[in-house]
Amino acid sequence: MFQKILIANRGEIACRVIRTARKMGIATVAVYSDADRNALHVQMADEAVHIGPPPASQSYIVIDNIMRAIRETGAQAVHPGYGFLSENPAFAEALAAEGVVFIGPPRGAIEAMGDKITSKKLAQEAGVNTVPGYMGLIADADEAVRISRQIGYPVMIKASAGGGGKGMRIAFNDEGAREGFQSSRNEAASSFGDDRIFIEKFITQPRHIEIQVLCDSHGNGVWLGERECSIQRRNQKVIEEAPSPFLDEDTRRAMGEQALALAQAVGYSSAGTVEFIVDGERNFYFLEMNTRLQVEHPVTELITGIDLVEQMIRIAAGETLPFAQEDIRLNGWAIESRVYAEDPYRNFLPSTGRLSRYRPPAEVATEAYVVRNDTGVYEGGEISMFYDPMIAKLCTWAPDRAHAIEAMRTALDAFEIEGIGHNLPFLSAVMDHPRFVAGEITTAFIEEEYPEGFSGVDLPEELLRRVVAACVAMYRVAEIRRARISGRMDNHERKVGTEWVVSAQGEDFPVTIEADPDGATIRFEGGRRMRVESDWTPGKPLAILDVDERPLVMKVSRIPGGFRVRLRGADLKVHVRTPRQAELAALMPEKQPPDTSKLLLCPMPGLIVKVDVAEGDEVQEGQPLCTVEAMKMENILRAERRGVVAKINAAPGDSLGVDEVIMEFE
Amino acid sequence: MKDILQELERRREAARLGGGQKRIDAQHAKGKLTARERIELLLDEGSFEEFDMFVTHRCTDFGMEKSRPSGDGVVTGWGTINGRMVYVFSQDFTVFGGSLSETHAQKICKIMDMAVQNGAPVIGLNDSGGARIQEGVASLAGYAEVFQRNIMASGVVPQISVIMGPCAGGAVYSPAMTDFIFMVKDTSYMFVTGPDVVKTVTNEVVTAEELGGAATHTKKSSVADGAFENDVEALAEIRRLVDFLPLNNREKPPVRPFFDDPERIEPSLDTLVPDNPNQPYDMKELILKVADEGDFFEIQAEFAKNIITGFIRLEGRTVGVVGNQPMVLAGCLDIDSSRKAARFVRFCDAFEIPILTFVDVPGFLPGTAQEYGGVIKHGAKLLFAYGEATVPKVTVITRKAYGGAYDVMASKHLRGDFNYAWPSAEIAVMGAKGAVEILYRSELDDAEKIAARTKEYEERFANPFVAAERGFIDEVIMPHSTRKRVCRAFASLRGKSLQNPWKKHDNIPL
Repeated sequence: MFQKILIANRGEIACRVIRTARKMGIATVAVYSDADRNALHVQMADEAVHIGPPPASQSYIVIDNIMRAIRETGAQAVHPGYGFLSENPAFAEALAAEGVVFIGPPRGAIEAMGDKITSKKLAQEAGVNTVPGYMGLIADADEAVRISRQIGYPVMIKASAGGGGKGMRIAFNDEGAREGFQSSRNEAASSFGDDRIFIEKFITQPRHIEIQVLCDSHGNGVWLGERECSIQRRNQKVIEEAPSPFLDEDTRRAMGEQALALAQAVGYSSAGTVEFIVDGERNFYFLEMNTRLQVEHPVTELITGIDLVEQMIRIAAGETLPFAQEDIRLNGWAIESRVYAEDPYRNFLPSTGRLSRYRPPAEVATEAYVVRNDTGVYEGGEISMFYDPMIAKLCTWAPDRAHAIEAMRTALDAFEIEGIGHNLPFLSAVMDHPRFVAGEITTAFIEEEYPEGFSGVDLPEELLRRVVAACVAMYRVAEIRRARISGRMDNHERKVGTEWVVSAQGEDFPVTIEADPDGATIRFEGGRRMRVESDWTPGKPLAILDVDERPLVMKVSRIPGGFRVRLRGADLKVHVRTPRQAELAALMPEKQPPDTSKLLLCPMPGLIVKVDVAEGDEVQEGQPLCTVEAMKMENILRAERRGVVAKINAAPGDSLGVDEVIMEFE
Repeated sequence: MKDILQELERRREAARLGGGQKRIDAQHAKGKLTARERIELLLDEGSFEEFDMFVTHRCTDFGMEKSRPSGDGVVTGWGTINGRMVYVFSQDFTVFGGSLSETHAQKICKIMDMAVQNGAPVIGLNDSGGARIQEGVASLAGYAEVFQRNIMASGVVPQISVIMGPCAGGAVYSPAMTDFIFMVKDTSYMFVTGPDVVKTVTNEVVTAEELGGAATHTKKSSVADGAFENDVEALAEIRRLVDFLPLNNREKPPVRPFFDDPERIEPSLDTLVPDNPNQPYDMKELILKVADEGDFFEIQAEFAKNIITGFIRLEGRTVGVVGNQPMVLAGCLDIDSSRKAARFVRFCDAFEIPILTFVDVPGFLPGTAQEYGGVIKHGAKLLFAYGEATVPKVTVITRKAYGGAYDVMASKHLRGDFNYAWPSAEIAVMGAKGAVEILYRSELDDAEKIAARTKEYEERFANPFVAAERGFIDEVIMPHSTRKRVCRAFASLRGKSLQNPWKKHDNIPL
């Protein structure tokens, strides 16, 4: 076994590999760019080597720099993680040239699978299903119809040179194929100057399901079940699970066997993933093979109990797989939520900056459920703009899917991130989405269910009532503390009452509260009672309660006369008032948020470095208006529509907060 | 006897109606509560004791004798906020537009006199059209009587003004002399002369909101210390502010049970100051992480954002915080920030509230605007305020403390009790670049030499140890232990006793 390995990566995956290496008694070497000087993987590793400036193109993917770090530290093997150099044959070759072991597949397999056409050909040869289609030139509409019939409708007719949906048609019958061929060809000719057309099977209700394989260098291999990764946003996976709620045992086995056959056909060793697209009838077709450890590997680990990184290291060291296919048992259900530094309310705009608070939920491993969080960041750390915005992979496991989802809901509610925008509310919303809960998902799920983007969710009535009960109990605790201030008039102290009206999500809930040493009982109008027990004290940002004999976890912060509460993808203001206060509060006008369509707002805290227009100027859509510098990056703000600049409120040198008005239009 | 009792109830009911139901409805339609409703929200439920409910005006000019509503447009009395006594007056816009008559003023004066005598804060809820013109000079005299009492009460009991409607002309000077002014967004405005007069005299066309609304006074003029969305929110937040303040200048600030470990360690503070000395960071994060339960009541949040002022608690006890904000103008001192912080420091000192200062200041802002504006005297206000303050003073230098600004920001030399520095602190006359340009002017053409000199200067001065060697810094502390160290420092100063020499009063450069 190796004594020392180098991890040619950063972030959570570097930390993940270090953890297993440490468990195996192997010393670790981290590499880091200027931006990662204080990163978690650097702190965790036994040694760390600086490899260049922040951009990955000048540090993490510069083979020479990694080779220098290997020489300096005497590492015997390299784990590449994912991304960066993980599927770069030149890197594998450079390592081989110096006798350093690459913890990954042989170079030949990387090369073979790295090319779309070669890999598809190899897959076909290995008996793997591929998407039926015709690659050759199609002479005319009649030929198009003939080919379409062979493939079977529906078919997709595409321009060879196409992209972005241009020159693309879907045909469901002969007539459609004939028309589609003509119009595609015309469009292709005018858009790309290339009228070549090809036809392939159109996959309806597509799902992304992939098979994990593990092969050693002695010809042994296993497949470790599937992962469903259909919840994607712009081809970026967001939520993955294992197993898939869609596959039956026969399909699973067929996919697994084909995947393994392909791996063995290319002489694969190490961990690899064969990606399939699966249609609504459970027909599956090969997409590509990833010759590396996948981001979402933890869900496979959770249902198989196999540490994939450990197996990769052992295989690289020449060991034989310690198990055969019949030893593999898929146990329970695992879900992974990718926590991204992206603001879901601003169309998932990447967010960078300091993590002023970062408290992931506690990791738990019991018979009933597991919470695992793979992370590469820490409270007080910096999310830089140079790398992938993924900051954590939160995984839960339970004996069945429903409980795994429930564990994920609670874990997401308990995850505290402040200082940057993040997608936790969105992840929570998906966990409660009826289609996700029912497992009726496709790769178009996010597009279909959130066509206008994400703007938060409303809590269902029952959950809202539990939140209301929790807030009354917490408010009472806070008010009693306030009434215990020094300097009170003896015998004339304030008595905190028992009747309250809680306003939340546009509804008023009159309640009474009866407290006892263990908690409180809240009675709603109509007689419904809820018991609240909690050790929450004022100022705690995470309230962990037991409401109505079920756990409730939410993020709370003080607002005038109540709390801001965040849970399950909702972000709401809860006001707790005495009946009289509520009566008077009802007289307050509802203030409409100001109309911002005629304003240019500062999208991020930053410094105005340049103003390109003057008051009275007419501006055209897309015209630069001013430049804001944030995080050392210059952002040019452009006119969203035609207009006339009425007033400019900021000058170069001003530092503005988010949503401050830079200029106004007529 | 029963009739007599009923007569009292009848009179009370009439008085409680103020200017009548129609005017009450009109007040509500404007999004405003009535004088009595506001008092209900300000005080503990059922704690209000009213004075002078039956006072009426004595004016007989312009037909005024025909309308003599009980209370005369202001509700006065006392009650409690979380069991602590406060005096309150609340102007009733439904009665003669809340205009101030001689008797209206007398009612205010009565409770102010009692507040000073009995040692409790005065909270004024302002909603008044101005002087009662029908009364002429008697009304003006009334204002002046209130002004005189504001002045006498200043520094004796806390005075808080909430502007909840119009406040114009002479009326503005009573709030102006109180400790804090808060406004309600969209429904309140304050100005000495209104938009009509402004148009006549200067030809400027301006709305009341632009001239004296909450945004104007919290962001531009700094007349107001904060603004709230509506009456309900404003009064809830005034209650929260009062919980931070002592009742008078003879009492210590209040203590409240707290749920936060004074020894709490915050590892994330070790990375608060960025590696790059010119990169800003948010000083508010430090304040929130040091404070009990992250609870911070900010004063003048929207004005001169290069300095932060406000109240926190440490171990349940009120502490005033002043911090340079590197996010804005690099945290430098200028006219506005000096004035803002000076007034805050003097309030704290007047009411025995200990002061915690976080320093990251590159110096005073240069420029003609500053010099012509009198930055010398305005900057001196903050220096003066810190120097005269006798309350416990704890200072933590997180990064830069350059030049005169170092002296000003509660330095050891201004009788600082505990002066701590983080290892990232740089205490020097100026930044290395500027210093080298002066010290080695003859070598300026030689970039290499200058770089070496700069490095030399940085190595010598860009740290807290030169100051620590001289005892100007008592201790260099780890950022993560700041809360613990600061809590212990203030705990040790609970018995502090320091007197300035007798004087009639000082002569701060106003």
